[in-house]
Parts: sequence; structure tokens; C-alpha cells
Amino acid sequence: MLSYTLKRLLQAIPTLLIVITISFFLMRVAPGGPFDGERQLPPEIEANLMAAYHLDEPLPMQYLRYMGNLLQGDFGPSFKYKDFSVTELIAQGFPVSLEIGGLAILLALLVGLPLGIAAALKRNSTVDYLVMGTALTGIAVPNFVIAPIFALVFGVLLAWLPAGGWNGGALPNLILPVVALSIQQIAYIARMMRASMIEVLGSHFIRTARAKGLNEGEVIWRHAIRPALLPIMSYLGPAIAGIITGSVVIEQIFGIPGIGRYFVQGALNRDYTLVMGTVVFYGVLIVLMNLIVDLLYSALDPQIRYDD
Amino acid sequence: MTTDNSSITAPPGAAPVGESLGRDAWRRLTQNRAAMASLALLVLIVIVCVAGPWLLPWGLAEVDWNAFGTGPTLEGAHYLGTDANGRDLLTRVLYGGRVSLSVALVASFVSLVIGVLYGAISGYVGGRTDNLMMRFVDIMYSLPFMFLVILLMVVFGRNIFLIYAAIGAVEWLDMARIVRGQTLALKRREYIEAAHALGVRDSKIVTRHLIPNAIGPVIVYVTLTVPKVILLESFLSFLGLGVQEPLTSWGVLISEGVDMMESAPWMLLVPSAFLAVTLFCLNFLGDGLRDALDPRTR
Repeated sequence: MLSYTLKRLLQAIPTLLIVITISFFLMRVAPGGPFDGERQLPPEIEANLMAAYHLDEPLPMQYLRYMGNLLQGDFGPSFKYKDFSVTELIAQGFPVSLEIGGLAILLALLVGLPLGIAAALKRNSTVDYLVMGTALTGIAVPNFVIAPIFALVFGVLLAWLPAGGWNGGALPNLILPVVALSIQQIAYIARMMRASMIEVLGSHFIRTARAKGLNEGEVIWRHAIRPALLPIMSYLGPAIAGIITGSVVIEQIFGIPGIGRYFVQGALNRDYTLVMGTVVFYGVLIVLMNLIVDLLYSALDPQIRYDD
Repeated sequence: MTTDNSSITAPPGAAPVGESLGRDAWRRLTQNRAAMASLALLVLIVIVCVAGPWLLPWGLAEVDWNAFGTGPTLEGAHYLGTDANGRDLLTRVLYGGRVSLSVALVASFVSLVIGVLYGAISGYVGGRTDNLMMRFVDIMYSLPFMFLVILLMVVFGRNIFLIYAAIGAVEWLDMARIVRGQTLALKRREYIEAAHALGVRDSKIVTRHLIPNAIGPVIVYVTLTVPKVILLESFLSFLGLGVQEPLTSWGVLISEGVDMMESAPWMLLVPSAFLAVTLFCLNFLGDGLRDALDPRTR
């Protein structure tokens, strides 16, 4: 188990290297630079700025310098948010994104799993059709449509909740973004749970459990749910990645100061270091999440062992 | 599952087995009412988007100086209202539909070609090459792709051909895995061996024997890729990274609608409805095709 974890972490290194290299050079070949503003800067000042940020060096030198700093955990200074280092900006934004994303995943599991199980147990009944129909709607209506409609209905028309803003993470400000972010995941999880539950309920060991006279509740809780959860586990890796990208939009719509907003704004402003920092950070996050999910998988399914 | 082959008369010269498989799937699909309704609706949406703009009195960027941000009305033939600049919304939604649907088709096709070729070669050649190619796919999987696409759009400008290529280049990974799995299962079959024995070239075996036989899961997966692609394109457009004026797409219209949502809700609701109905139908059709082509999943 330990050696497997180590091996996976080692494998992550080339992945991250590729991510860093691609995004570094992509950003640099782009026309325009971080100091293009409304007003043209005097050439001496611009030259000074370029020198201060080492942007006047040849590209390979800049690359090596960036990598060297990165190894020491230094993402460099932000070009647009003066006085802030990228590390500081990420440290500010990440807790916010994490809170929204974590709550959304939690909500998706808490709502999606029971719905999927209910639909599987009452297969082809009204409950089933209702759940699956709603789930399909959740998949078909993207979150950048759901979020503004929520903001309009609950924030503006009914005025039950604030339509945007963060307010230090107060509960009323959290509700709309978290719900909007989780709807698509609820739909996917409910559909997957239904399918895998139906498959498990048709298997031999369930028939055996029934044949030895266990009551239905015990069959479902003790025997069916655990194996049925396995596909959901492996879905969680991509789901977390999906929540992250989804949160880019949600943070934009609700005006939440998370990392997603920094990324989009950084890319549009040619804030090289900020964009690089967020990409690297998300890359590490996705790699770690996939690893954790795989390890959890082996904990749930004793047939899978990682001791090669 | 038993198939009644006797009721199907194959035309002379055609392979009767392949024919019956396709017909069998088609019969199952036609029995699925949700899938058929979705198919009909999709065809309708495509026809309306392609032909509609020619029949409407307004052009894509044509301004009606008498109607700025009016709701749906028959006056001046703005059946779904106008936007804040006085442009007819129905016309714009249909033009946007052309763009969104063309992105869906082209990008899915790009991902199909890359994925099928990559997967088939990897599975067929096998050994170290296979290992290397699949490790590459693994690496690609853990890239934060959304961000790379956003970077691409920012860097190279918002250009529709770039959207085709970027989205296609992102979506081929699953396809490659599926096709590789199929190929691995197929390549030990007798007819492949026979082709070998007859001296058929490897490239020809892959294109003539392996890929056609792995086509079932591929078709299903393509129908599931198309809605993903549409969603991705509108996501990019929503962030302001999609197609540029004067072109428009459903994502662009939705994002314009969000800005005007309080005073002109129809500007959000109309393009959203078109997008949602299309995605809805594609999902139903995909499910129906999966049931039709792979009876085990039922």
C-alpha cells in the first residue's frame, strides 16, 4: 500500500512537469504582455518593469528560473495584484473554493445516493421515472444557466437569499452557489447509483442473502449498498475535477473570491505567474484527489489490492 | 437474445450477418419511444437552425430601431423578442444554434478520428508500444484540461477553428480507451488470423477489420460526446472565450442573457431552452442507442 502510494506520487511528477511546461510556454507565446494597459507606459519604465520581473531574459532562462523557484515552493509575484505574491493569492482563494466545492460534493452525495437507491428499489415505478427524469434535466441544464436563474429567483424576485457576494462565508451567502454547483453532480450520482444498485441486486450473493431468510432491509444495507458504492467512488475523482471547473463559473456569477476567478481574470490579464500558479495548484490537487480515490477504492473493495 | 434471421432477406452480395445486426439494433431503437421522440426533435432543431434564418425577416446583426429589448411580440415579427441592441432574438438563437451544432459535429468528429485511430493502433500493436501509448493517455487524463483549453483560447484568440480543434483534442481520451479495449478483445479472433495468413497488411487489418467491428460502443460513445462538446463550447463562450462577434452561439447568448436577466428574462430563457432541449434529446438518444446496440446493459 505504501509502496503503491509512493509509486503513484512518483508517476505524478512527469504529469505535473508537462502541465507546467505547456502552460508556461503557451502563456509566453501569446501576443500581449502583463503591462499592456489603457495607457502606454513610457519605454524606460516598461524596460525597468520587465527587468524587475526578469521578463527581459531569454525564454529558456525564464523557464529554468521559474522551475527553480517552484521547487522552493515560490510561485512568484503577481503582475496585476501588485504587493501580493501568487502564493498569498492562492492561500486566500483556496479556502473559499474548497468550502464551496466540498459542501457541494457532500450535498451531492447526501441527496444523490438516496435518490439513486430509491429509484433502483422501486424500479420502473413513478418514483423511478420522477427521479430519473429530474436527473436528466439536471444533466441537460448546465450550471451556468441554473446559477443565474437561482440568483434571479431566490436572490432578486423572492429576496430570500443574497444574490451574490461572499460576506466572509456567511451561511446565507453559501446556499445558492453550493446548491447550483451540486445539481449536476446530484444528477450524475443518482443515475450511477441507480444503475449500479440494479446490477448488484441482480447478483448471486443477493439471491443467497434473500434465500437464507434475511429481511429486505438487511439485504440492502448489509450486502447491496457497499459493492454498489464502488462505481460512485471511482466517479468521485472526475467529479472533483468537474466541481473545480464548475466553480470557475459559479465564482464568476456569484462574485465569490475563490481561485477560479483568479484563473480566468489572470488569463485575460496575461498575469503569467498567477495563471501558472493556479494551473499548477489545480494539477497537484487533481493528481492527489485521484490517488486518494484509488486508495479509498481498495478500502471498500477487498478484491482490489495494490501491493505489486 | 435470439434474432430471427429468416425474416430478413439480404440483398444479393451483402453480408447477411452484418445487416441483421444493424437492423436488429434499429428495430430496438425504433421501439424506444423516448429515443425516437428525441431523434425527431433533434432533426427538427437542426432543420430549423439551418433553414430558419432564411425564412425570418431579420438578419443576424440587423437592428430594429423601433424595438430595443422588447419582449416576445408579433409586432415587427420579433416572435421571441429582441435583445438590448434591437436585434431579433429568434434569428440570433438560430444562427447561434448553427455555430453550437457545428462545433458539436466537428469537434466530436475530430475526437472520434483521433480516439479511434489511437486506440486501435495501441491495442493492435500491443506490447511496449501499447504500454507507452496508454501511459501517455493516463498522463493526459490527469491534466487540468479545462484550464489548458481556456489558455489556448486566450493565447491564440477566439477563433472557431481553434474551438473545433481544442475541444476535439480534449475529448478523444475515453474514446481511445474504449477502442483499445475492443481491439484487444477482437485481435485474437479467427478472421483476423485469417487475414494475417492471407498476407493482408497491418494497416489494412486495422482499418478494414478491427475498426468496423468495434463500431457499436463507438457510436454510443459519440452520442454521449456530442452533448459534452456542446456544453464545453457554451461554457467557453459563457466565460467570454468562445466565438467572436458578429458570430454568436448559444453560450454567448446565454451569457448576454445573464447580464440582462432582470429587465429582459427572455434573453436568458430562450437560448437556455434551446440548449437544454438539445442536450436532453442527445442524452435520451444516447441511452436509447446504448440499449439498442448493447442488449447486455438492460
